[in-house]
Parts: sequence; structure tokens; C-alpha cells
Amino acid sequence: MPVKNKPTPASKKTQAAKPSQDARPSQDARPRQDAKPKAARPQAPKPAAPAKLDGSKTIVEFMKKAGVEYVFGYPGGAVIPLYDALYGSGLRHVLTRHEQGAIHAADGYARASGRVGVVFATSGPGATNLVTGLATAHMDSVPLVAVTGQVPTTSLGSDSFQEADIYGITIPITKYNYLVKDPRTLPDVLAEAFHLAGSGRPGPVLVDVPKDVQISLIEAGEPKPVDIPGYCESPEPDPAALETLSLALGLSQRPVIYLGGGATIAGVAKDILTLAERLDMAVVATLQAKGTFPDDHPLSLGLPGMHGAKYANLAINESDLIVGLGVRFDDRVVGNVRRFAPMARIAHVDIDPAEIGKRLPVDVAVVGDLRRVLAMLLAKVKMTPRPEWRRRLAELKRLHPMVVPPSQGAIKPQAAIKALSDRCAGEAVLVTDVGQHQMWAAQRFMSNKPRHFLSSGGLGTMGFGLPAAIGAQLARPGVPVALIAGDGGFQMNIQELATIRQYNLPVKIMVINNGCLGMVRQWQQFFFSRRYSETIFEYNPDFAALARVYGLAGRRIEKPSETIDAVAELMDAPGPALLEVVVEREENVLPMIPAGMGQTDFFEAAEEDGQ
Amino acid sequence: MKKTLSILVQNRPGVLSHVAGLITRRGYNVESIAAGPTENVKITRITLVAAGDEPVLDQIVKQVRKLVDVISVEVMDPESITGELAVVTVSAEGAKRGELINLINILGLTLTDVREDSLTVMAAGQALAVEMALTSLGPFGIKALARTGLVSLTRPTGRQAKEDAP
Repeated sequence: MPVKNKPTPASKKTQAAKPSQDARPSQDARPRQDAKPKAARPQAPKPAAPAKLDGSKTIVEFMKKAGVEYVFGYPGGAVIPLYDALYGSGLRHVLTRHEQGAIHAADGYARASGRVGVVFATSGPGATNLVTGLATAHMDSVPLVAVTGQVPTTSLGSDSFQEADIYGITIPITKYNYLVKDPRTLPDVLAEAFHLAGSGRPGPVLVDVPKDVQISLIEAGEPKPVDIPGYCESPEPDPAALETLSLALGLSQRPVIYLGGGATIAGVAKDILTLAERLDMAVVATLQAKGTFPDDHPLSLGLPGMHGAKYANLAINESDLIVGLGVRFDDRVVGNVRRFAPMARIAHVDIDPAEIGKRLPVDVAVVGDLRRVLAMLLAKVKMTPRPEWRRRLAELKRLHPMVVPPSQGAIKPQAAIKALSDRCAGEAVLVTDVGQHQMWAAQRFMSNKPRHFLSSGGLGTMGFGLPAAIGAQLARPGVPVALIAGDGGFQMNIQELATIRQYNLPVKIMVINNGCLGMVRQWQQFFFSRRYSETIFEYNPDFAALARVYGLAGRRIEKPSETIDAVAELMDAPGPALLEVVVEREENVLPMIPAGMGQTDFFEAAEEDGQ
Repeated sequence: MKKTLSILVQNRPGVLSHVAGLITRRGYNVESIAAGPTENVKITRITLVAAGDEPVLDQIVKQVRKLVDVISVEVMDPESITGELAVVTVSAEGAKRGELINLINILGLTLTDVREDSLTVMAAGQALAVEMALTSLGPFGIKALARTGLVSLTRPTGRQAKEDAP
């Protein structure tokens, strides 16, 4: 392997970037203390005639007023006016190395902060590179505003250079989208876009702005108050349904809260804790809710569904009342709809009426903002100890513990993740990529705070982790941010190591390297007679060396005895660092309920060996 | 089971794509979809006839209602006023021609084009009447057919007028 000039290119890059950052201090994406721009405000006082701004400045000024902290993006031909307006404006921009990196970074920022993430990209390929990121955010209800450049309105529809119908392409994967043909509508469109992205059930909104609209002069002014007839951000909960729910809670002997991303978004961690403790309810939490109920709480059963702990699925199976709070009854949780929680009545609380009854019929439905619903519910329900149920939950945990399998020489990935969890002690924000490591992390990484476990759940987007960690670190500058990625997904947006280095973000990266696409390989082992079709990487780079080339600290370990020390070194590194953990290749994520099976159809380890 | 939905939407560019795209990507069965202006220039009415069992139809209503541009979704009851227009070219050769013209007169259809081998008529009215006209014309051989799809309005609730129709 040629090891010519190791850290030089990276440091050169940073040095090259420095002066320009100093020249434009407000462009520096690192410090966050001063939300206000340092540069003198552009002459804002209104003369007699209303001032005119071009479309680009309108966008930039709107975002500054809206309190946007960071824009993630990547320039290109159709957004040169927009980037010109950005220059020296005080709006901070994070330059990634790929538009997909930009949108996942904006997504990570939004997930970590609860604020709207913003991304800029150019027309055509720039815009289509956002597609995966929009779909990812749409599935997990993440608030984003994406602004894309477009060819001039006069060229629209003529297959011009770098033209793509991004409006048409993104209809199914956005909450709403716009093609702004009339520059005068731009202020109202931006106001609506931010409102739609962040309110109700959040989601991504795309605003496509042709180049001529970016340079048209329009009268500056406040946008009209947002008025979207028919858009109901938060329906008022039906008191009768709430009464039924509180009655059901009173009658239940074995209640389980099935907690989802909606609870994280609503910011109701305290209320959930009160509810669970007051009524002795077990809590299972999906990937998007992980940490919103503390993992180390005695009533917590962790992840439900396909890779949930046995005790979590057995508790659902024995429960007489499942209360879904901000969930979708997703197939990875529910499995076979007919065999889900066979003894339970099912209650469902969600802000989105279309989620009620979508995948399975429910007995009690309350539509409304979880914050409001829980406040109303807590006013109704009284302390109800259920010692019997608590005893049974403790027993299930004792009978089916989630253990770290012993090593037979190579490092067990579960052990490496457990070591990282122990080291982080519930304080770090953990970002994951997608695959086996994601499930091991969901099973074993202790998360006790909301918005501290960030993962692409619904879409399962490989390549999400690294850029999302960038956004998370910018959103939470004082907090350690760790990323766990597999060797597959890590290489899908590996170019963002340069972004980490450029902005000197102290992200700590653990690459679980099993030399294969582990999750698919596992399915091939279980269900396709070990025919490992294209899931083995016969070549992988030296990830630790690669990290060093990008200017990060890098270390590679292969022996179990090195794990604890290496994890400590990783987390104690002053800047960005990467730890490559070479692990057992054929390790599987267990327990496992195969797709479409019932809650207790655990795929046994014996079957695994018998293949 | 079938349901007719009357959907009021904001008259924005792309609104039809939003509604039609939703139907396609969620795999719903739609028999007809008709869109046109209303008394308010800012609002378009889309009438959609969908088929499916109760939970599916329920989901369609909810998912359509969720679209940002959708102002309201009304599930039409059988009492509502429902109409359709069909233009149909029927083959009219030889002895059958006279019989066909007779039928057109009886059904009150509007003759819009006359050829040696075909007649083109318009059938407009209550959905059932249009359906019946098409069924009756069927045996003569339909060469081409265009239908608008159903449009529907809820019957006004004011007191019924006393005076006779002129």
C-alpha cells in the first residue's frame, strides 16, 4: 500500500481553509457560543420605499431570522447566486464532501437538537443526491428543509444541463415540496416550509428554486402568517377516547408501553417515566425511542421485535394491554400482525390520524400531541402498583438475559460495543450506521436520555452514520459523540472524514470490521443455506491508516484483551479519532424473530449451527 | 365495496401529482378520478371513486386527508348528486342503424357525429343513467369510449322549493 504523504494533505487542507475562515469569521462552523452574527448587520432600517432583495438574499436573510445555526451543503452551478448570498452573511455553512453527506448531517443535527435541519444542494445530480437523505428523514419524521437550485424557469422542462425534476421525484418522500416559479412567493414559501417541517408530525420539506428566481429582485418584507387550510398540526384529543384509555389502564394487570419516535419528538420523557412508574408498566422502546425511557430502569425491556431481547417479546406476548405511544406498529416490531400480543387489547396514541389502524386494528385510539395527551392522562390515572407484573418482568429478565457471548479468539463485536457503552456511561450521543452493529448497539448500548441514540430506523440507510455524527456533534458541541459503523456502511459516505477533519469535530468512530455485509450474510446463513452471494469483502482498506491519512487518530485492534484500553484511548482522544475493531466474521445478531413470524418464534442458536 | 370521495384541494401546481402519486404508491384501487374548478378559483374539487374493503377505504380517506394541499375529504353518501359524461362511438352499419337511432332517441342521448359506419353520441346525467346507456349501446359494438369519471355534490340541505319547475 503506498503510504506517501500521510497527514500532510489533510493538514494542508485545514491550513488552506483557515485564512478564509478568519477572513469570514462568521463562516466558521466550530464555535456555537455566539448565535448572533459577528459581522455588522446588513443595513436593515426600512426607508420609505420597501427595500428590494434578490431571491438568494431573501433565503439567507430568512434563515438567519429563523435562527438557523448551520446550513449543510455543497455548491454547484445552479446555486452560485445562493452561495454568493451566503458569503459573508453570517449564516454558518458546513461544506461536506457529497450532497448525501450534507443531508444526513442536517438530519443528525435535527435528531440531536430537535430543531429543523437545513441543507443546500445544486440542481440535477446535486438534488438527486439528496433523495436517500430525504427518504431517510421522511421515514423517521425528521424535520428538514432542503433548498435546491434549479435551471432557470425559462429552461424548465427542456432537459437542460443538470436539470432534474426534483419536485416530481421527491413528492413521495417529503412531507411537502415546492417549485418556486414566482419570486414574489419566496418569503411565504420559506415560512411555510419551516412551519411544515417542524410542526405536527415533522418531516422533510424541499424547496426547489430556479436560478433566475435566485437573482430576481423582490420586495423585502415579512412573510404573511402561515395559513394552510386543512393542515392540522395537532388535533385535540378526544376526551371520550382518553377516558376509555384510562379505564383500560386501570383494569390491566400486565400493561406494556410500546414507545416510539413520536415520544422522542414530543419531548415527553419525564411524563413517560411518571406514567410507567405510577402504573408499573413495562416499557419497550423502538430504535427511535431509545433513551427516551432510560435503558437502565427496572421497567425498561429495551428493543422489541425482530432483534429485541427475548424478555421484551415475551412480555408483549403475555401482556393484556399494549399502549403504543408515537409508534407505527412497524413490521420489524410487530412481525406477524395476527400473532402480535395475542392476549392484549391495543391502544394507540399518535399525532397522525393516518397511523391509526394502518397496520393492525386497535381497540382504543387517541389522536393528538403526545405532550397534551399524557398531561390529560396523568391527571386521570392514580398510583396502581402491580407487584405481580414487576415480579414476572424481573423473572423474564433473569431467565433470558441478554449476554455477551464469550470470545473464541477473535473479538466479539458485542463485547466491543459493550465496552464503548460502559465507557460512555450514558453521557455520549451515540450514532449508528445500519446493519448488525446497529442491532447490537440497540441491544447493548445504554442510553438513558432522549436524542442520545441516533439511527436510521425506518429506511435503514447504510452510510447514514458518519455524516449524521457530524450534524450531531455540531448540535451538541460540548457532548461526546460516538459513532459505531460497520465496514460496509462506513465506506458508503467515508468521504465525510474530510469534513470531520476540516471542522475539527471530535467525533469518536468505532468501525466494527467483520469483512462482510454482516446482516445480509446472516440472513444468507439462516435462510439461504450459507450461500454468501456477494456479501464478503475480499478487500478492505486499513481503516485506521485511512483515518490517519484524513488527519484523524487511528488505531486497529484484533485481540479481545486490547478492547477496553483501546476504547478508553478512543474516547480520551482530544480530537477526532477512529478505532477499527476486527471482529469475528460469522457472528450473528440474536435473538432473532424471522420476518413475518410471531412474537415467540425465536430463531434458536441450534438452528443456526445446524445449517 | 366502493366509495366516492369528494376532495377539496388548494389549487396549487402539482396538487394532482400529490393526490395521484399517493394512490399509486400506497397501492390503492381507484376506478375514476376527476378534477375541476369550483365556485372558488383557489380551490379545486377532485372526485375519486375507490374500491377496497372498509379498512383500506378508511386508510385512503386518512392518507388523502393528510396531504398538505387537501382542505377536506368528504365520503359521499348514496343520496348525493352524482353525474358523469361519456362520449361514445358506436358502430352503425346496415340494418342495425335504424334500431340504434331509435335507442338513442329513447335514451335521450345527444348525437354529435354521424358517419356511414358509425354514430357518436354523448351520454350525460346521473351516474346510473350513463351506465345504463352504455350497457344498452354495448351490443351494437362500441368502437371508442371516453368517460369523465364521476363528479359528485352533496345534496343541499335547504327547504325544498314549493313552486313547480318551469
